[in-house]
Amino acid sequence: MKKIKLLDIAHGRSGDKGDAANVGIIAYDDNGYEIIKKYLTVENVSRHFEGICFGKVERFELPNIRALNFLLNNTLGGGGTVSLKHDAQGKTLAAALLRMEIEVK
Amino acid sequence: MKDKIRIASGQGFWGDLIDAPFKQVTSGDIDYLVMDYLAEVTMSILQKQKNKNPELGYAKDIPALMKRILPICLEKNIKVITNGGGVNPEGCASAVIKVAKELNIKNLKIAVVLGDNIKDEIDEIISSGCELNNMESGESIIPHKEKLLSANVYFGAFPIVEALQRGADIIITGRTTDTGLTLAPMIFEFGWKNNQYDLLSAGTVAGHILECGGQASGGNFLGDWQSVENLANIGFPIAEAYPNGEVIITKHEILGGKVSFETVAEQLVYEIGNPKEYITPDCVADFSSIKLEDLGKNKVKVFDVKGFPETEFYKVSCSYESGYSAVGNLTYSWPQALTKAKAADKILRKRLEDLELIFDEIRTEYVGYNSCHGPLASKIDEENINEVVMRIAVRSNDFNSVERFGKEIAPLILTGPPSVTGFAGGRPRPSEVVAYWPALIPKKLVKPVVKVLEL
Repeated sequence: MKKIKLLDIAHGRSGDKGDAANVGIIAYDDNGYEIIKKYLTVENVSRHFEGICFGKVERFELPNIRALNFLLNNTLGGGGTVSLKHDAQGKTLAAALLRMEIEVK
Repeated sequence: MKDKIRIASGQGFWGDLIDAPFKQVTSGDIDYLVMDYLAEVTMSILQKQKNKNPELGYAKDIPALMKRILPICLEKNIKVITNGGGVNPEGCASAVIKVAKELNIKNLKIAVVLGDNIKDEIDEIISSGCELNNMESGESIIPHKEKLLSANVYFGAFPIVEALQRGADIIITGRTTDTGLTLAPMIFEFGWKNNQYDLLSAGTVAGHILECGGQASGGNFLGDWQSVENLANIGFPIAEAYPNGEVIITKHEILGGKVSFETVAEQLVYEIGNPKEYITPDCVADFSSIKLEDLGKNKVKVFDVKGFPETEFYKVSCSYESGYSAVGNLTYSWPQALTKAKAADKILRKRLEDLELIFDEIRTEYVGYNSCHGPLASKIDEENINEVVMRIAVRSNDFNSVERFGKEIAPLILTGPPSVTGFAGGRPRPSEVVAYWPALIPKKLVKPVVKVLEL
């Protein structure tokens, strides 16, 4: 077992889609993509965003660009224009996901 | 047919770098300048401006910009395509014509795309059986109808293609999709058909890459961001498009920024849902099919894009009034900055409660500690954090409650925890909350109209 910081193997970008946030995570290489594909499951990402995401997490794969896209439903406090959150558009949530540490076998 | 065209992004939103489009037309060769000015909330702002002055309702930066770039664009044969017409493309066109006359320009064709603004036809649309149900909640728009601020259909590339076919030099639209602005010149120049879905999707993907301006060329880049050179003079992205649907994303060599696999990939995943179904009025693009190849020297090839037929619906973006909000900030310093800020929040909330004010939501965040990542923020030394900003925001349908909240912030300086500052600029004023309502409308119920004005 070794611990990998997601920040070291991937980057990404996040934004808003109504009250949902979209978080796109891109691995720097093929090996990194295998790791994020295996460990960034709906379950792990939902657990990571506990207290931030209050809805369902949806997960999509873009293998050609080594990326995963997550939709975090019910996350932005009512959405861009209504939200009282400082980060009303979820711009910093990609960085928030990159805080994750992964135990790789 | 041209063997390639160069389409340059000049603006990612209304409020973006004012000089970016000027630099795009002066720092190297391009054929088209495309400028996206419209975000969801922009239409309601523009509608409010038009309500006050019927001549307004468009991105007011455009006439001043055209004064600078129009002579250059005509000399270099660069066509300009923008959705900055907002809720008044004809008003915008009149303002540009005025500028062109001042510059003594002749033989100019300006096209406007109209028909997207359905605010005044909502009743007829509803009575025809389309209740503009919210795409997320499924609710009918009827209860919000009286408070409607704006309602606009997203048109695609084809009305712009018509304008280009009719010889327009400048095309000003209302609510056109961001991607359609870039796709249109490819359809026009390469003669793509409306059922060549892979090609339409390739142009749509290029449009998605260009639509946020500098975000594809090194801005807001979360990868190796410190490797991006000269962001001060960032070059916005350029799509070099080929008839077979291949596109090379690049930028002017003499400008700053960076175009790499990573910077383009970040923009590709920005604000997408299911990548297999990127729905536009023109096609459904499959973003999971996109391939990228970094060619070096700020060139990235985008290829092999697959796509599917368009749906029978246009997306509609409505906005309506939904109460008031206000935000107050106070800064607390060492020692025990966070502890003080939390105490101030508690005192303020007790005062608001004692005043029996009505709020839908009160939210407190601590800038410098957890306002971005909430519970994921790493633990800090509460005794020794240097300073923290207490940011408290409220929302309510009751104007008076929000107004009174604004009067309760400053008093905390003399009547709350110590070593506090940062209350400049007066009391927070209530601002109107505009809620956004996404819906679908059958394409047969609306029709884009293209008008060409000649000078």
